[in-house]
Amino acid sequence: MANKPISELGETYLAKPGTSFHDVTEIVSRVTENAAPRGWWILLLASATTTGILGLTLAWLLWMGIGTWGNNSPVGWAWDITNFVWWIGIGHAGTLISAVLHLFRQYWRTAINRFAEAMTIFAVICALMFPTIHTGRPWHIYYPLPIPNAMNLWPNFKSPLLWDVFAVSTYFTVSLLFWYVGLIPDLATLRDRTTKRLREMGVLSMEGGPPSTLLQLRAAVYGGLALGWRSSHRHWQNYERAYLILAALSTPLVLSVHSVVSFDFATSVEPGWHTTIFPPYFVAGAVFSGFAMVMTLLLIARTVFKLHDLVQLRHLDLMNQIMLTTGSIVGYAYAMEFFIAWYSGNPYERFCFINRAFGDYWWAYWSMITCNVLVPQTFWFKSMRTSLPWMFIASILINIGMWFERFVIIVTTLHRDYMVSAWGNFSPTLVDILIYVGSIGLFMTLFLLFIRWVPMIAVAEVKMVLPEADPHFGHDEHHDHAHDDDHGHAEPAVAKEA
Amino acid sequence: MQIFPRTLNLLPLVAALALAVGGGVVTFVVAYYFSPWNTQVGYAPTQPVPFSHRLHAGQLGMDCRYCHANVERSFEAMVPPTQTCMGCHSALHTDPSDPNLATRRSLQPLFDSWANNEPMEWVRVHNLPDHAYFDHSVHLSAGVGCVSCHGRIDQMEVVRQDQPLSMAWCLDCHRNPEPNLRPTSEITNMAWERPEDSDPAEYAATLVENGQRYVVPPENCGGCHR
Repeated sequence: MANKPISELGETYLAKPGTSFHDVTEIVSRVTENAAPRGWWILLLASATTTGILGLTLAWLLWMGIGTWGNNSPVGWAWDITNFVWWIGIGHAGTLISAVLHLFRQYWRTAINRFAEAMTIFAVICALMFPTIHTGRPWHIYYPLPIPNAMNLWPNFKSPLLWDVFAVSTYFTVSLLFWYVGLIPDLATLRDRTTKRLREMGVLSMEGGPPSTLLQLRAAVYGGLALGWRSSHRHWQNYERAYLILAALSTPLVLSVHSVVSFDFATSVEPGWHTTIFPPYFVAGAVFSGFAMVMTLLLIARTVFKLHDLVQLRHLDLMNQIMLTTGSIVGYAYAMEFFIAWYSGNPYERFCFINRAFGDYWWAYWSMITCNVLVPQTFWFKSMRTSLPWMFIASILINIGMWFERFVIIVTTLHRDYMVSAWGNFSPTLVDILIYVGSIGLFMTLFLLFIRWVPMIAVAEVKMVLPEADPHFGHDEHHDHAHDDDHGHAEPAVAKEA
Repeated sequence: MQIFPRTLNLLPLVAALALAVGGGVVTFVVAYYFSPWNTQVGYAPTQPVPFSHRLHAGQLGMDCRYCHANVERSFEAMVPPTQTCMGCHSALHTDPSDPNLATRRSLQPLFDSWANNEPMEWVRVHNLPDHAYFDHSVHLSAGVGCVSCHGRIDQMEVVRQDQPLSMAWCLDCHRNPEPNLRPTSEITNMAWERPEDSDPAEYAATLVENGQRYVVPPENCGGCHR
């Protein structure tokens, strides 16, 4: 087994010793089967209300036009594009966790990958909303598609904004497919558990028991979505291959999507934007913010649904290490931007960066530095990396910092144009604020629904890293983690309950 | 345990076909039927007076510019005021006991307009969007005839839109204007045709030799969207 821990390195099994296959199925499936805890309802009420406010604000925006935003010459891009880049960036952690860590056989990802992939999809949905409404005429959003039309207008393939359309839509499609393919075995588990309950109730028997419309509907929906999965060896072979191919397809997207987003800025001739450092800097920032968002959500879900056996402190520690790494890359990029501004001798570039740190938006810049550079540096200390309250606060601070990063990049460059006559400041309107807050509400609503209806931890994959999945399980002379000998016969690595 | 029927194995194929064919059909339907090719051409609103271009411009042979005066010098092709009509009609069908009752009756709005000093409310047929800048004079001085855009008005009983006036249609000519160029003396001649066997480009060159403007239509956005 490739996932067998190397005890010489001090590695242990990724799930708590003693957790059996059945425990994993039980822990994850019961969240979708039992009544939701009160905390879930409170969160759903809050986020659904926020989503409702988003809907009303969008209706107002479409009716009145984007003049209701604070954007105006010279700051033509402001919160709308800030939010777009922020959401897209958040999505990147999901792809990194699911695809890149899969290819590198980082088995600790099994505890968080489903979660992170769902987060990617919902984050991209929120992200896609912003350029759509930014156009001002969302009913013409098909213009970037190469469709023959009565205007002889063809998309401008030289524009990075068009590359964005293709990059983000590809990203969304691949992420959705990847998520869904990974879900199929788990959906089948839910289907089987539902039909089992129906059988126990006698609904499926010849005599016919009392009908249970809701359960039958549940069985039909999960049955349809499971695509006839019967967990045969052949199914698993096809599944593993498809999953690997999708992982390989997604991996370049981790790098390409945010690189293309950074081209929106880097290909322009604006001081502060026109730099070659942008693509790697943006990608690192994206992974950074994405991991922070996964951390925030995971800590909440872990507490509300009591997933401590599957999402262990060790996983959280590893995530904090990734945040430390990417946070340091981002900090390096901030420093390098200043160095290049000085080294280039370009007065506009120099002015731009001095203005960033000490101009009208100094508070945004220093908030960014505090949250993105200083906060993750605390993760050098193991006590900080394993402190649940601190990692929760830090993850939220990091996302605030990453939002400020995009705001700083966009607004500080635009608000001081080359000519003093074209200087102006940006301040958000109520519509700006409500749409941003509303997008968080939309994200949370989708996420809460996901948690209730879809297995939020990859059941089949977690089973692969259990001691039980070890072919030598029960025959190991050390018997380190294999004390639960009731399950002591070797099972196929990916076996699941019938 | 749930077994799907074997026929469902065809689903991916059917789905792919449906997506390809359906997508193509939807794209075509939207691109054609929702576009000026379909929505504009043939528009022929009822006018307050059933003015016949076939009679006036065709059978009577009046020049376009008798009514649409100054079109070759102006941004707009002027819609004539009642006074222009009354130049002739003050002496035609004015008697209420005119034997040609139908004509007399249909002209009544014109006489009312004249008597009450209120303008006729003609309905615009060729309506460009406000974001498209169009100047009649520059096209006519380049040698583009009325007929190129408006069709054979001299044969229309009721004026209808003959061309889509879509952006693609504008660009077709802006990118290759020669087939639509004629001597500026012939701009209102509906029946004029380029000499047979003549090459459009060569013919356009002879126009320039004879002192006509060399035509370079703008193809940039700002040419029309100012």
